[in-house]
Amino acid sequence: MNMAKNNFQFSIFNFQFWCFVQKEFYHIFRDRRTVMVMILMPIIQVILFGFAITTEVKNVKIAIYDPSRDVATQHITEKIGAGEFFIIDRYLNSPAEIDRTFREGEVSVIILFSDNFGERLLHTGDAGIQVLLDASEPNQASSAGMYINSIIADYQQELMREASIPFQIRPEIRMLYNPSMKSGYNFVPGVMGMILMLICAMMTSIAIVREKEMGTMEVLLASPVKPIYVVLSKMSPYFVISWFNLITILLLSVYVLGVPVSGNLFWLNVLSLLFIVVALGLGLFISTLVDTQVAAMLASGMGMIMPVMLLSGFVFPTESMPPVLQWLSTVVPARWYIAAVRRIMIEGAPVQAVWKEFAILAGMAAVIITVSLKNFKSRLE
Amino acid sequence: MISIKNISKHYKTVEALKNISLEVNEGELFGIIGPDGAGKTTLFRILTSLLLADSGQAAVDGLDVVRDYKELRRRIGYMPGRFSLYQDLTVEENLHFFAAVFNTTIEENYYLIEDIYKQIEPFKTRRAGKLSGGMKQKLALSCALIHKPRVLFLDEPTTGVDPVSRKEFWEMLRKLKTQGITIAVSTPYMDEATLCDRIALMQHGELLTIDTPANIIAAYPKKLYRMEATMKKEEVKTNPKVETCFLFGEYWHLTFKNDIEPTWKLKEIQPTIEDCFVEKMK
Repeated sequence: MNMAKNNFQFSIFNFQFWCFVQKEFYHIFRDRRTVMVMILMPIIQVILFGFAITTEVKNVKIAIYDPSRDVATQHITEKIGAGEFFIIDRYLNSPAEIDRTFREGEVSVIILFSDNFGERLLHTGDAGIQVLLDASEPNQASSAGMYINSIIADYQQELMREASIPFQIRPEIRMLYNPSMKSGYNFVPGVMGMILMLICAMMTSIAIVREKEMGTMEVLLASPVKPIYVVLSKMSPYFVISWFNLITILLLSVYVLGVPVSGNLFWLNVLSLLFIVVALGLGLFISTLVDTQVAAMLASGMGMIMPVMLLSGFVFPTESMPPVLQWLSTVVPARWYIAAVRRIMIEGAPVQAVWKEFAILAGMAAVIITVSLKNFKSRLE
Repeated sequence: MISIKNISKHYKTVEALKNISLEVNEGELFGIIGPDGAGKTTLFRILTSLLLADSGQAAVDGLDVVRDYKELRRRIGYMPGRFSLYQDLTVEENLHFFAAVFNTTIEENYYLIEDIYKQIEPFKTRRAGKLSGGMKQKLALSCALIHKPRVLFLDEPTTGVDPVSRKEFWEMLRKLKTQGITIAVSTPYMDEATLCDRIALMQHGELLTIDTPANIIAAYPKKLYRMEATMKKEEVKTNPKVETCFLFGEYWHLTFKNDIEPTWKLKEIQPTIEDCFVEKMK
C-alpha cells in the first residue's frame, strides 16, 4: 500500500514536472526575438571579440627619426618593418616633430636613433635608441614595446655573433601558451563566463518575474504546486540553451579563431555545467527580490554582467587590482570559472589543478540555491 | 463554507479591510458588491491564502486559511481580477497546464467544464492572448474549474467584458451552482447583484449589509421616485422637499423628506441594489 502510494507520487512528479518544462519551452520558442538573441549572442560576441575588438599588435604605424642613416640603423628599421606587426609610416626630420606626429593620431610608435648610431655602436659600443609609445592605448603600447625590444635584442645578438665574443647573455622572451599573443586565448574563457551568466541569470530571473508581472504567479501560488517545481521547470530550458551556447562558443573558438581546447573536454563541460547551475541560482535569487521584468533586467545587468566584465579577470587581470577589488572579486563566480577554464582549456592542466575552483563554485551553487528557495514566497507578500 | 471573523488588513497607509465578518453557506452563489478600492480583492486574496490578515480568522471548507493553506489550495479554484493565463500558450495548452498544476487531467472532470469549454473549443489552437474578452473569461473559468474545486473564488470576472458575454457568464455560474460548488464572486456592477443568492455590499473596507438582494431592496426605507432629467441639477438639489437625489442615466432617483413636490412629473419605482447601496453609503 505504502509502496503503491510512493509509485503513484513518483509518476505524478514526472508527469506534472514534464508538463511544466514543456510549457517553459513553449514560452521561449514562441518568443522568436529572444530565441534569436540567445542563439546569436554568443556567435556575435565571439566574432566581435575575435576580430574587431582585438588587443593583438598588428599593422601599427611607426615613425622613425634616423639622423645618421647608416647600415646599422637601416638594418634595424628593416627588421622592424619586416613582419606584419609594424608599418614604417614615415621618417622624421627632427625630434621637434614628435609631438605633432603623435597628435595627428596615425602613428603610435616613434623610434629615435642617436646621432652617428652605427659608428658609436661599433667604436664605443654605446649607441642609444629611444622608443616612444603612445600609451593612450596601454595594451597595444606595451605589446608593441615588448616586440620592438625583442627585435633590437635580436639585432644585438647578431652583432655579438659577428664579433664572436662568447658567453653572451641573450634575453629570451617567449609567450607561453599563447605564442603569438592572440587575444582569443584571453577572451574565449571570458566570453564563455559572460554569455552563460547572461543567459542563465538574466533570462531565468526575467522568466520568473514575468509570471509575477502577468499575474499568473498569483494563480500558481493559489494552487497546490510546490514552488520548487515552478522554479526547476523555469531553469531547465535555460540549462539546455546555455549548454548549446557553450558548445557553439567552443566550436567557434576552435574552428574560427584557432584557439584549441588543450585540456580535457569532459571536465571543461562539467565545470561549465556547474557554473551554469550557479548562474541559474543567481537568476532565481534575483527573481525573489524584484517584482518587475525591468527591475530583473537591471539587477541582473548591473549585478551580474558588470562584475563579470570588470572583476572576473576577463578584461582586467585580478592580480593587478587594488586589494579591496581583489577581495571583492572573490565573490564573483565568473572569476573562478574563467580562471579554471583558462587552466583546463588553454593551459591543458589536469582537473586536479582546478579542484579549488570546482569546490568554490559548488559551494556557491549550494548557498545561492538554498537561500533563494528559502526566499521564494509561498504568498504574495 | 466560508467563515470570516473580524478580519482586518492594512497596507502602508490604507486600511483595506476593517474588521470584516461574514459567513457563506455551502452551495451558495455569494456576491461581494462594491466599487473599486472597496477591499474586494484583498478579501479574496486572504481567503485564497495569498495574503495574511493583520488580525482575525478565516476558514474555507473548514480549513484555516493560514494554518491549513496547503490543503486549502487543493480545494479552491481562484480566478484573479486580471486575466491571468498564459497569453502565448493556446487555449488547449493553458487548460492542459492547469490540469497538470492540480494533478488531474482534462478528461477527469470534463463534464464540469463541458458547457463552458464547448464554446471556446473551436478556437482551441488559438493563443489565449488573441481571444476576445468574453472568451478569455470562459477559458479562465475552465482553468479554475478543471480540478473540481469545492469553492470557487471569482474576483471581478466580468470587468471589461461585453454585456452579452457578461450575461452568459452569469448563466454559467448558475449552472455551476447546481453542481454543488460554492461560488464567491466580486463585482463592481450593481445590476449583477440580483443574480446572486446573497450579497454583501462593501465600501472602504467595510461591509454595509449582508442579505439576499430581495431583502435588501425590501429594506429600502423610503419611497423612491423617478423623474426625467430635464431640469437643471441645482434646481433639483436645492428644492427644500428633496432629501436625496441621484442621477441614474437620464433619470433622477429621488426621495423626499415628507411630501413629494407636486409640480414634478414623478413615478414611484422599485429601488435597485444601486439605490440601496447609495442609501447605505450616506
